[in-house]
Amino acid sequence: MSLRVLVGCKRVVDYAVKPRVNATKTAVDTKTLKHSLNPFDEIAVEEAVRLKEKKLAAEVIAVSCGPAKCQETLRTALAMGADRAVHIECADDGNGLLQPLAVAKLLQKTAEKEKANLIILGKQSIDDDANQTGQMLAGLLNWPQATFASKVEVVEGGNKVEVTREIDGGMETLSAPLPAVITADLRLNQPRYATLPNIMKAKKKKLETIKADALGVDVKPRIETLKVTEPAVRQGGRLVESVDELVAQLKKDGVL
Amino acid sequence: MFAARRFATRAPAAAHWNALSLARPTFLRGYATAGDVSSLVIVEHKDGQIAPSTLNALSAAAKLGGQVHALVAGSSSDAVADQVAKLAPVSKVLVASDAAYDHGLPEVHAPLIVAAQKAGSYSHVVVAHSAFGKNVLPRAAALLDVAQVSDITGVESADTFVRPFYAGNAIATVKSNDAVKLLTVRSTAFPAAGAQDAAAAKEAAPTAETSTTTQWIKEEIAKSDRPDLANARVVISGGRALKSSENFELLYTLADKVGGAVGASRAAVDAGYVDNSLQIGQTGKIVAPELYVAIGISGAIQHLAGMKDSKVIVAINKDGEAPIFQIADYGLVGDLFKIVPELTEKV
Repeated sequence: MSLRVLVGCKRVVDYAVKPRVNATKTAVDTKTLKHSLNPFDEIAVEEAVRLKEKKLAAEVIAVSCGPAKCQETLRTALAMGADRAVHIECADDGNGLLQPLAVAKLLQKTAEKEKANLIILGKQSIDDDANQTGQMLAGLLNWPQATFASKVEVVEGGNKVEVTREIDGGMETLSAPLPAVITADLRLNQPRYATLPNIMKAKKKKLETIKADALGVDVKPRIETLKVTEPAVRQGGRLVESVDELVAQLKKDGVL
Repeated sequence: MFAARRFATRAPAAAHWNALSLARPTFLRGYATAGDVSSLVIVEHKDGQIAPSTLNALSAAAKLGGQVHALVAGSSSDAVADQVAKLAPVSKVLVASDAAYDHGLPEVHAPLIVAAQKAGSYSHVVVAHSAFGKNVLPRAAALLDVAQVSDITGVESADTFVRPFYAGNAIATVKSNDAVKLLTVRSTAFPAAGAQDAAAAKEAAPTAETSTTTQWIKEEIAKSDRPDLANARVVISGGRALKSSENFELLYTLADKVGGAVGASRAAVDAGYVDNSLQIGQTGKIVAPELYVAIGISGAIQHLAGMKDSKVIVAINKDGEAPIFQIADYGLVGDLFKIVPELTEKV
């Protein structure tokens, strides 16, 4: 079985940017902020491209759900080595308009249409921090799931995957027949930089846009955001001069 | 269906009404009566021991009001169920005794959760936001066609929850409009459930599909005699500035002296100084100890997400401009290789 790999690519506020809550306390103000490909999705794309380079995957298809700007994100995935991209157009503001269950359903339809037999997603997006989409997708497709993967090996002539997962306290290894869903943890690989020639080449790769409605999926949010606030600000601390002063202070505070 | 739910979940006494709903009774009046709220808490356990994070999840479930039932699955589930039955908010323990549930495979746990939710018409399904909970619950949510609210840090009412997002840089209050609410709980945001006088009743869980094509092969658990990172009273954490895994011994010595656990920044883990499972941050463990000592850690957004709810934060760093000093209660600027041994000697 030659692999047809689908990778999820979410456009998120760049990891190095500290977002601010808007004045009306209804959302995080993301409009003017730098966005990029979700770091865990970068790892997912890298893993898919490596499978292709090992001649285990026949095709790598990058998919993103959200507004028109997601196409920039998909171009990044194409520049990293994905063969083509599918943009499922629908509204998303990074504040919960497009929720994991809806994305899982959109990806389910896309996986069926593209006859994908391996789906790699990031373990979580760094904006919503939900950590749900891959698991939901596996459930909807009734496929095995291997989440928080730090090592993926395709075995038995491409019929099975052996995945090492990061769990509380250590690691575990699972084996699952394909088709399957894998979500990438930080330790899975070191994503490559897209080189300028590859960025240029990516502009010529096929990017198909599909309206979410056309897939017959209800993307309306099930969870309503009532308000968004800044986290409690810690009282300003102070510098101490010596270890003695530190120890005395910690004893006074009753934490030592 | 609604009548059945009321019947199944009517509280026998007001004992499970928590302080929150007593203090603010208007919460439930508009939404539902307490009899409509009933929770199923998924118990995580290993080697006959209940995972500590499950105790926090039980407290979160108690805050919802209504009855709290617990689901224990696995080959040693009977023995674990006896322990669960003695925990304060639990009024019934559902037991699924089958070796198929060992190793926490979501392919079998999710259908079991769905079967148990349907049989008991639970309004809420609750699990800790641990590797197990994160893996299993979203799959069950998809099978039930409901959204999941991840990593809650507060319960405002039976349908309204508080959760951090953007690496803890924003806090959302969200309302679930689904009939069944699936929640994962941030352990550090809720107290651990205590003991109760009379043990809750046990009964067999409904049956569900137990076969899967996924095979569990092996696990490698990092062994440590120190307290569990997520529950330690003191956490001593090191970053890239430690320079080697040998130098982490300095932190272990300090941790042992104060009875603490050792954690690490992503940089220290990536450099191979310590095991991945010690990483604290947005994508690692979330801790909130009494005392957090950050040694040679600059304080990136992603690291702060995992420790900024600690009661007292101490930063030891040679760079006085490091962002960690902005959130530290006490900062000491200097060479960690001099300060840490001195600190170990003096505590």
